[in-house]
Amino acid sequence: MAKHFRSIDEAGRDHVIRLLNLTDHMAEVNRRLHPKVPALRGRTVCNLFFEDSTRTRLSFDLAARRLSADTLTFTAASSSVNKGESLRDTVETLSAMGVDAFVVRHRSSGVPWQIEHWTDAAIVNAGDGWHAHPTQALLDAYTIMQRIGRSTDLDGLEVAIVGDIRHSRVARSTTEVLRLLGARVVHVAPATLLPPHPIAEQIGDLDEVIDRVDVLYMLRMQRERMDSALVPAGVEYVERFALTAERARRLRSDALLMHPGPMNRGVEMLVDPSEVPQSAILDQVTNGISARMAVLFDLLGSGTGLEDQ
Amino acid sequence: MVHRKQVLGPDDVRRAVTRMAHEVIERNRGVDTVVLLGMQRGGVWLAEQLGDEISRIAHEVPVGALDVSLYRDDIGLRPVVPGATSNVPVDVDSATVVLVDDVLFTGRTVRAALDAVADYGRPRSIQLAVLVDRGHRELPIRPDFIGKNLPTSLDESVEVSAEGVVIVEAAGS
Amino acid sequence: MTESSMLLRGATLIDHTGERQGDVLVADGRVTQVSANIDAAGAEVIDVVGCIIAPGFVDLHTHLREPGMTEAETIETGSRAAALGGYTAVVAMPNTDPTQDSVEVIEFVRRRGIEVGLCDVRPSGSITIGRAGEQLTPFAELAAAGVHVFTDDGSGVQDAGLMRRAMEYGRELDIVLAQHCEVSALTKGAVMHEGECCSHLGLPGWPALAEELMVHRDIELCRLTGARVHLLHLSTARSVELVRRAKADGLPITAEATPHHISLTDERLSTFDTRFKVNPPLRTMADIEAVRAGLVDGTIDAIATDHAPHAGHAKDRPLDEAPPGMIGLETAIAVCRAHLDMSWQHLLGAMSWRPAKIAGLDDRHGRPIAAGEPANLVVLDPDAEWIVDPHKLSSKSSNTPFVNMSLRSRVRHTIFEGTLVVRDGVAQR
Repeated sequence: MAKHFRSIDEAGRDHVIRLLNLTDHMAEVNRRLHPKVPALRGRTVCNLFFEDSTRTRLSFDLAARRLSADTLTFTAASSSVNKGESLRDTVETLSAMGVDAFVVRHRSSGVPWQIEHWTDAAIVNAGDGWHAHPTQALLDAYTIMQRIGRSTDLDGLEVAIVGDIRHSRVARSTTEVLRLLGARVVHVAPATLLPPHPIAEQIGDLDEVIDRVDVLYMLRMQRERMDSALVPAGVEYVERFALTAERARRLRSDALLMHPGPMNRGVEMLVDPSEVPQSAILDQVTNGISARMAVLFDLLGSGTGLEDQ
Repeated sequence: MVHRKQVLGPDDVRRAVTRMAHEVIERNRGVDTVVLLGMQRGGVWLAEQLGDEISRIAHEVPVGALDVSLYRDDIGLRPVVPGATSNVPVDVDSATVVLVDDVLFTGRTVRAALDAVADYGRPRSIQLAVLVDRGHRELPIRPDFIGKNLPTSLDESVEVSAEGVVIVEAAGS
Repeated sequence: MTESSMLLRGATLIDHTGERQGDVLVADGRVTQVSANIDAAGAEVIDVVGCIIAPGFVDLHTHLREPGMTEAETIETGSRAAALGGYTAVVAMPNTDPTQDSVEVIEFVRRRGIEVGLCDVRPSGSITIGRAGEQLTPFAELAAAGVHVFTDDGSGVQDAGLMRRAMEYGRELDIVLAQHCEVSALTKGAVMHEGECCSHLGLPGWPALAEELMVHRDIELCRLTGARVHLLHLSTARSVELVRRAKADGLPITAEATPHHISLTDERLSTFDTRFKVNPPLRTMADIEAVRAGLVDGTIDAIATDHAPHAGHAKDRPLDEAPPGMIGLETAIAVCRAHLDMSWQHLLGAMSWRPAKIAGLDDRHGRPIAAGEPANLVVLDPDAEWIVDPHKLSSKSSNTPFVNMSLRSRVRHTIFEGTLVVRDGVAQR
């Protein structure tokens, strides 16, 4: 049984499939009138957010509460990290309070691995640096499967991920999970926003793929990338890589439009997704709760063993 | 070496289901408010058969499924089964919910099911139908409709399907 | 500790003149006799059958952290680690606090090394004041105070114009300019080697080019100025090739490589263990093979440890904040033995007499094992097997990347200026 959920590669295929099945279970709970079950009653989940991310934090928090876990939230902004307390002290202190799982977000890659030496609690990666965001990957995979009606694989599907791949933990994890399920992933970006060594097929021209892809996955483009000269200042990036109304019209009618949020309107998104019928962006948000419930339940609540008659 | 002992054949199962269908109708003076919920997974096929029998005798009743893996007090002992989700097809408020399971044993699954049903609403009553009651209860739970009482030892396990009921005993135990 | 004579009996002696069997008699700080079956009444006889006696090792690249960062290491603890690793001389890097850029600081380090008395501590001087890359330090004054190696190690001298002037000015003095080759504009925020592994791990990459550009620049500046140039810790295949060609052109260039750059690849970072963060970073297997080949064919003259201690809490920080560096004095010879396919004589040369010459220490270190020579010797048990336990190492810090690794070859005794400073693997002070 897995102790942690930190990256898709580390989890592996069987674990991912199990989590996708569990996500479906949790989605049923979330459709109920009273979407709450006692599965994790008495367990304590601590959100350890060294980097602010309100959406992800709220999503995890709600997921834990819907499973009846107690939740604690530690954010760097309001904490002793600013008073020089080390990562290690923070983790050891919170651990001593009796935490069963840490949900960790940090701007540095690898923190979910580093802290395993300082706690016995389960560790869920809620985003580390540019490295991994495996619950996002899980909810993305689930959303695609749900929308296209597949339950075990994504064989033959083509997904284009567009934007700042290099600095994106979402791109890395979602690429890993989609490939593991059999999809073909292409990365669409200028070379300066691609990793130094390709982690998927790379294409420099969005217009080359937009008419044919099954899923168009737009990444958030941070304006500071222009300040640091990774792309030219001004509108050039928008013209080459943003989703414009004209490009949105070229999407196949049965394609999906996805975005991990928060959107940067006017940068990578020049259309209102609510006017794009192919948009699955709000489904992603909804499924995020189910996926995170699945992960927490898998680590804290379920187990292998005897089938009681 | 494993000993398998067939205690009911397919015809016995069919007869038992028919009898239970009659009892459900009789007990509830009709089935106007009855909804059958099969317990994932062993109770689901049985609820469907029971539903078919009831609709043949009286009229059609809603049949759903209930997964209790998120409610059990012995969580950690039972994996969540892929695809075995709850499906409650109607509003259970004021309904008569008949929980259907293949085997009644400790009663813990039923206890969890009572919690699970409560999350869908407030039924007028909840009843329990099981094909086999093998004893060894750990909670004060008693079935309303029983296909067959089957005294067993704790070493044995009971396998139930439409093809019959088999007691499996591990050798040497 | 004894000043009386000692007889090392029954070892294989290896120095730059060759290899032979024999006994070595040491008295009054010197080797007094070398021959078969010495009968020296009154001398303490130390049985070293099966061992190798070689000139003591010389490390061109040690961070002793004193003054200023004594939480990580001190001249005393670093000297002890050096002695236990078989070193009789270390060149102390200048990135202390304050920087080793003045006679006062140089004198302090030197004096402290002498007080400790476990090995010859030779401070390097920085090339620029405060290692800030702006003004040259007083080369001649520092050279007069005994500094032979000048370097801004920890970072490279970025300004090509300034480096040219340093070489032109330094050419007239008997010094060597040692460069940490890294164009910092290409390594901002870098954590690990730029390549396949960093692309997957989402860690900012450290391109090989950042090193190679400066290697190339300094080779050309060397060609222009004729100054003696030493290139620190080469880590990439192309760097080795550039140096190979420069040497073929007859330029006065030397180079070193570290034990970790011939043994560990960048994939070690996939566990996000900060112990594997180092500058220059661990590279690919192709780079490792090229660096090994460079050592084998002599393109790279010396093995240097870049022993870089860091306190535990510093390495407990996230990868991007954790300081680069690993300790290496006590594991160097065993790691090199495991990863280099070369004769003992060639290997010991890269550990001893070749670095001694680069550091200008060849009057006392890396000498032949012969009567009349200073007794700076290491006695090595080539077959001793041991497992690296960071807590049993003598460095004040425990950031070894070789933790729990099983190694073969261990220093049994170290003799510094005629005194047994390490006896049976235990430091004597």
